Amino acid sequence: MALEEHRQHVIPVGIYVGIWAILMFLTGLTVFVSFIELHDWNIVLALVIATIKATLVVLFFMHLYYSTKLTKVTVIAALFFLFLLLALSMTDYLTRGWMTSPGH
Amino acid sequence: MATAVQTVERENYLNAGYGLKSWLLTVDHKRIAILYLISITAMFFVGGFFAMLIRLELLTPAGDLVSSDTYNKLFTMHGITMVFFFLIPSVPAVLGNFVIPLMVGAKDLAFPRLNLLSWYLYMIGATFALVSMISGGIDTGWTFYTPFSTTYSHTNVVGTALGIFIVGFSSIFTGLNFIVTIHRMRAPGLTWTRLPLFCWSNYAASLIMVLGTPVIAITLLLVALERLFHIGVFNPALGGDPLLFQHLFWFYSHPAVYIMILPGMGVISEIVTCFSRKRVFGYEFVALASIAIAVLGFLVWAHHMFVAGISVYAALVFSLLSYLVAIPSAVKVFNWTATLYKGSIRYNTPMLYAFGFIGLFTVGGLTGVFLASLAIDVHVTDTYFVVAHFHYVMVGGMVMAYMAGLHFWWPKITGRMYPEGWAKLSALLVFVGFNLTFFPQFVLGYMGMPRRYHAYPPEFQVLNVLSTAGASVLAVGYVLPMIYFVWSLRYGKLAGPNPWNAVGLEWMTPSPPPTHNFDETPVVTWEAYDYEHQPEEEVAVGH
Amino acid sequence: MDQQRETSTFGMWLFLVTEIMFFGGLFCAYLIYRATYYEAFVAGSQTMNIWLGATNTAVLICSSLTMALGVRCAQIDRKKMMIILLLITMLFGLAFLGIKAIEYHEHWTNHQFPGPNFQFEGAEAAGINPQNIQIYFSLYWAMTGLHALHMVIGVGLVLWIVIAGARGRYSPDYYAPVENVGLYWHFVDLVWIYLFPLLYLISKKHGG
Repeated sequence: MALEEHRQHVIPVGIYVGIWAILMFLTGLTVFVSFIELHDWNIVLALVIATIKATLVVLFFMHLYYSTKLTKVTVIAALFFLFLLLALSMTDYLTRGWMTSPGH
Repeated sequence: MATAVQTVERENYLNAGYGLKSWLLTVDHKRIAILYLISITAMFFVGGFFAMLIRLELLTPAGDLVSSDTYNKLFTMHGITMVFFFLIPSVPAVLGNFVIPLMVGAKDLAFPRLNLLSWYLYMIGATFALVSMISGGIDTGWTFYTPFSTTYSHTNVVGTALGIFIVGFSSIFTGLNFIVTIHRMRAPGLTWTRLPLFCWSNYAASLIMVLGTPVIAITLLLVALERLFHIGVFNPALGGDPLLFQHLFWFYSHPAVYIMILPGMGVISEIVTCFSRKRVFGYEFVALASIAIAVLGFLVWAHHMFVAGISVYAALVFSLLSYLVAIPSAVKVFNWTATLYKGSIRYNTPMLYAFGFIGLFTVGGLTGVFLASLAIDVHVTDTYFVVAHFHYVMVGGMVMAYMAGLHFWWPKITGRMYPEGWAKLSALLVFVGFNLTFFPQFVLGYMGMPRRYHAYPPEFQVLNVLSTAGASVLAVGYVLPMIYFVWSLRYGKLAGPNPWNAVGLEWMTPSPPPTHNFDETPVVTWEAYDYEHQPEEEVAVGH
Repeated sequence: MDQQRETSTFGMWLFLVTEIMFFGGLFCAYLIYRATYYEAFVAGSQTMNIWLGATNTAVLICSSLTMALGVRCAQIDRKKMMIILLLITMLFGLAFLGIKAIEYHEHWTNHQFPGPNFQFEGAEAAGINPQNIQIYFSLYWAMTGLHALHMVIGVGLVLWIVIAGARGRYSPDYYAPVENVGLYWHFVDLVWIYLFPLLYLISKKHGG
């Protein structure tokens, strides 16, 4: 019985609205920051903000915070394999210029 | 041979409702498995037809049977049909669909209607592909390398790509269904460590289906967009990188070979234990090896690109990782062999195919390790050595496992035994024919004969003739089961619930099972492969 | 009932895993080409209207709020409020598509669609190969197009839930379809959360 109540956790409206407000703020922040020249840090900051937003959406709007361990592992697995696709492909592209043949 | 016709009187999934609609709108996993069996067999023979034409052309050194353009289409269509429409779906969609719910003690899969949708997607995809093949064909190789496939080929690339895209979703939904079923629908008492290894293997393959297939889907979509709308991310004229296509393509297509082999390995685990009357040696290791193969399989894809122009540092990384992925496969082979040791071995047809698998998969797997070595790969890549390697694992391995599984579960699926004498003969023909076809190709490749060429220097002819002769024998070995399986539907000896005296929930229902599988949800109190406590009985043989 | 809801939700999450990998291939292509042709990507992104993009981001975030609140209403048996919230979600979705259509029209009339008619003035003068800018636009159209297609499907799914909900199909004991459509909707929002900075905010010198 207690398990069922936990699963059917009804999140208060206030939490949803609060998350929404943070998301709107972060959107404004990322636009604002994009007007400032920070060179390489622009992209880093943009992706950090985007990831914070994404995390909030996944945890609270998509209820992952209240979900089973299996669901959490599933999401992490997906992100891990996406990371593999990106990272291992980059081992090729990042190192192509490293080796030069004699005379070049 | 006794020909008295016996019929099964009791109501079961086969006679619960007649008529086309009851089959085409079924949500019973067993009927869907039969639907897949028919369609996949048909596609197997389509692919085999292309193979026959290839081998006929290669009888002579000159390119005299077909033009080079036509030859390109033949090997392309052979590859596409076999890979996407036979090898990937066969064991999961036919045997997995039928057996997994029974093995876990469930009424059906988690999402029965999604299962039916999977089959329809398979049929629609196959239709697109077949229509494309008939109305002009496709000549890019099953690998669709750019920019030939995006810019220069004048064949039905878009139609075929669309067909593969659609059948990819069939695969994704099957994998999704299996994962949810195995996680959430096991009978009481059936813990993960009591689960049959066939379930572990299909689970691991399903992980790959779900994680990998979407990447080839988007890649083929980009190829189609590039052909149709000139959205050119692979176009070198725009600065696009053809190797990016290869990275994305092989990110799926390498793990795809593990989608093919893992369910086959699961079949072998079931058969080796049953026909040596022993627990599998090192159950946990075999189970974890399946998961390891699935995960490691995602880390090795660029070994298909060693000579394509990737950086040598990346090549080193992928070479090392490719060595690693051989380890869990080796663990499985060791453990099956150890299971046989001091076992009480029966030589029924499924076991013969299993022996064939273990030997031939080992050869194929070892040659894969040779190919992982950069120095060797530079010499034998794009030669018949590679062709022989993958046919050893795919045909000597996967197809043998599929045949093994079909024979093993045939009594459960149909309630009938197949004729054992003919079956053993077919297994022998397959083994002899297979080796005669593909062993010469190792030699040819090592001697330098390139793949995908319809003409070759005359010194290669003898080996090519041997290969074609072997292919004819192999073909007979595949046609015979078609005949005797159909024969057995009417004249085969009636099989009871457990003709092999095997351990497993699927053997505790009638043959064929009722639509709802179990009258009462079983409660599992025994370990997997508990053959010690299974009473010794005469193993049934059909005639 | 709870067991079944958890099962179907797990299935939906697995489907979203495939969607992550599906879009992931495009993000992989983006990553590699942006690293290789950075100036061309900057030039391309300067033609993006940052205010329309930011508005669309805000629109989707609001739609996620109304969607989440709508699912909550299904949980607590407030049928009428659920329908209203879902309809507002649909409206937000359509607004997003409308704004996107305006942007697409703008790009189309400016010959910023890859292919034989592609034009980009001032590229050579700035020392940038216009062919590489085409790659930026190829990815822009492919990624936002695929995203928009998912939005259209999402709007259709929400409409289905609205109709079924109006007929009283859902209750605190059975609301899994509502929750699962919600998961899909939030996922589509998630993709945009990444697309916006990657396509619109590449460099300080952006258009508006």
